[in-house]
Amino acid sequence: MSFSTRVNCQTESLRDIRNFVEDALLKLKVPEQDRNLLVVAVDEVCANRMIHSCLNDNSEKIEVIIKKLGKKLVFEIIDNGEHFNIAEYTEPSIEKVIKEKSAGGIGLILVKKIVDQIQLETKGKKNICRLFKILAM
Amino acid sequence: MNINIIEESHCSIVQVEGELDASSSVQLDDSLQEVLNKENTNILVDFNSLEYISSPGIGVFTSRIEDCQKADIHIVLYGMKDKVFSVFKILGLDQLLPIVKTKEQAKERLHELQHKS
Repeated sequence: MSFSTRVNCQTESLRDIRNFVEDALLKLKVPEQDRNLLVVAVDEVCANRMIHSCLNDNSEKIEVIIKKLGKKLVFEIIDNGEHFNIAEYTEPSIEKVIKEKSAGGIGLILVKKIVDQIQLETKGKKNICRLFKILAM
Repeated sequence: MNINIIEESHCSIVQVEGELDASSSVQLDDSLQEVLNKENTNILVDFNSLEYISSPGIGVFTSRIEDCQKADIHIVLYGMKDKVFSVFKILGLDQLLPIVKTKEQAKERLHELQHKS
């Protein structure tokens, strides 16, 4: 079973993405606690892509695809923005974020704590960020 | 997202309603700064009507921890729904920020913090 949505690459679309992820995970019967955190993880990756790679350009689109393969959930976030390998980025510690008085880095700390694996693939102009989560259910 | 600011004796209460994400966190950041600029007052943040938070919303608080400590100002967060609290908890911020359940507990915690400092 898979679900997909395509929205404008601007942060005003984040709520639509969250509603889409929530609905899909409800249909896939993902437990509430996992569901809530996975919505946050997808929101964080999309926000990061929208702001830093697509520069909040509403002529660009971002696509989210959700698939469930047995106990494994796969989230694909696809856009044509600038390449940035989230999987290779070393996130700061939360203590460092506090000391530097910066909000930067918290999103990636969250994504890495919530999902089991992050994978990045570039196909021509297209960037595909895949988040994997193994469910205990 | 809506923000209401209520002045009470010895503190300001900032009520946050709706969803706090990359498109709305600037509004809370500005409101919080406005309260801090007005007078060096302690702040209670009421999360009872907050349905969602992501990193930019969290950053509004983490970016002020050091400055508030230096200025002897305390910010206590209360009334979080489980799904909001779980985001603070996964980051370990439940150990680094004063987070309690009710407004009464928030006032007690503020009282304790004032006496410690």
